[in-house]
Amino acid sequence: MTTPSPVASRRRRPSRHLNLRDDLAVVADLVADGSRVLDLGCGDGQLVRHLERRHGCTGTGVEIDPEAVLRAIRSGVSVIELDIDAQLGEFGDDSYDVVVLSKVLQATRRPAEVLAQMSRIAPRCIVSVPNFGLWTHRWRLLRGRMPMSRQMPYDWHDTPNIHNATLVDLEEFLAEQGFAVEQRILFDAAGRVASWPDRLANLMSGAAVYLLARGDEAQRRASTTA
Amino acid sequence: MGQLGEVRTEQVRLFDHDSPLVLASGQRLSEVDVAYETYGELSPEKDNAVMICHALTGDAHAAGWHPGDRRPGWWDTLIGPGKPLDTDRLFVVCANLLGGCQGTTGPASPDPATGQPYGLDFPLLQVADFVTVHRALLAHLQIPRLLGLVGGSLGGMQVLEWTLSHPDEVENAVIVAASSRLSAQNIGFSAVGREAIMRDPEFSDGQYGARGTNPATGLAIARMLAHITYLSEEAMATKFGRRIQDAEQSGPGFGVDFAVESYLRHQGDTFLTRFDALSYLYLTRAMDWFEPFSEHDAAAVAAAGTRVLVVSFDSDWRFSTAHSRAIVRQLEAARVRVSFREVASPWGHDSFLLEVPDYHATVRAFLDRALDRSPAA
Repeated sequence: MTTPSPVASRRRRPSRHLNLRDDLAVVADLVADGSRVLDLGCGDGQLVRHLERRHGCTGTGVEIDPEAVLRAIRSGVSVIELDIDAQLGEFGDDSYDVVVLSKVLQATRRPAEVLAQMSRIAPRCIVSVPNFGLWTHRWRLLRGRMPMSRQMPYDWHDTPNIHNATLVDLEEFLAEQGFAVEQRILFDAAGRVASWPDRLANLMSGAAVYLLARGDEAQRRASTTA
Repeated sequence: MGQLGEVRTEQVRLFDHDSPLVLASGQRLSEVDVAYETYGELSPEKDNAVMICHALTGDAHAAGWHPGDRRPGWWDTLIGPGKPLDTDRLFVVCANLLGGCQGTTGPASPDPATGQPYGLDFPLLQVADFVTVHRALLAHLQIPRLLGLVGGSLGGMQVLEWTLSHPDEVENAVIVAASSRLSAQNIGFSAVGREAIMRDPEFSDGQYGARGTNPATGLAIARMLAHITYLSEEAMATKFGRRIQDAEQSGPGFGVDFAVESYLRHQGDTFLTRFDALSYLYLTRAMDWFEPFSEHDAAAVAAAGTRVLVVSFDSDWRFSTAHSRAIVRQLEAARVRVSFREVASPWGHDSFLLEVPDYHATVRAFLDRALDRSPAA
């Protein structure tokens, strides 16, 4: 696992993702210029718009919130309204270079199915998640309360996040799903890019972004069907 | 939002003996007139034109008022000053289809060779032929390229054909409640409508115009049947339920017992005053055979940079969301810049004609973006 390099590259080019929300700037850094990008849960399309305008990418957003879809269309982003849990079959095999899933995995009904679809659609995936294992979350649980934080601001009874995981849980799960982690970028509890040694990552990170590559088996399957 | 006020239908002869219309089938029509209306002003750069494609029984009168009419044009909720298709900023054109019966040449028009109505001698049409004629109209109006091309139902199918066959002429396409391939159920409904017309003795092998008869019964039944498919079950329940038409008079019998029967009969009867049975045959048949993705490569649309918006309605079972998704799948796979929304609306297929706020907001957002392009674009 190589964690430090993307952080360094961001610092060298602070204006590269001007006006882009911090977490999206990190995601944007992981997308190669000129890529074809599918952004699942694209919101108002900020990431796709940025990648198209500044990085020669072409992209499609997927969103289900009507107001966000309208804003994306108004800003010129191509957006397809569909349910990530049930309708990713609409996209063809290997029809994109990279699929982005920003802070959505924990809100899906069947995360394994979503990840399987993503790896079918593109050889690379970028997944960002909040970390349930953050020490303040653990502290709240010890005090008998459900965790809440900047990254997970919802009351237990009113949260879209139905599949919470710690980074350790998640990485185990990603490996089971056949993904290799190419890069991992950690965020502190305030949402700033941070770097900790591996043994502290699960305790200190409020969130993380993973650049994933399809595992060997998936690649072999792709090459035999091609 | 303002009103367009009074508008009028123009008519122009676009093809004649010296320059006949050559159809996709290779057959020719030596005289073609087209009825059309325009709203708003064409910009000096000619870059603000939007073409409207109407549905099966629509006409050129999309918006504004004709003198003495009780209702405005069929898409007046969408087109006008400050409306989603904003005539303060856009130049909007709508024309009656080839094969229609409201000012554009169709099977009820006189054949110049005989002076008698064509009847069934009129050549069979394809959606591509509708496009050919409307492109000729735009050439006549000196519009080289469309900022927008918008249509619902059959109109959406025409938009799709036009976009696939001439993507360089279309910057932004809006396809509402349409299909790229009719299902067996769709074709079945069309077939029953046509059978009702052709089995009416007054159809007279299509020569009813010359013989002074009119297959009114068949055409009214076709319209009643089709009208049921335009509404959702919920819409019909809301509008009529099981309401009795006339509590005093209508006992159980075989007359108009229920309000829904009265409504359908009224729809069938008023249809007779504005539509021709032969046009119904020709236009529905063109829909049945429509399969544009087997004839055109959508990659050309991606290369041209045309943006496409596809909209469906969740209660539409005539052309359900599955039809729209199939269009989106084909375009998206070819890397066309396509957006898609399924709008919640209880009114079924007819929703595309109604003022459904989410639907109008979507069309507005798409066209507002089209209008604020950079000077270089």
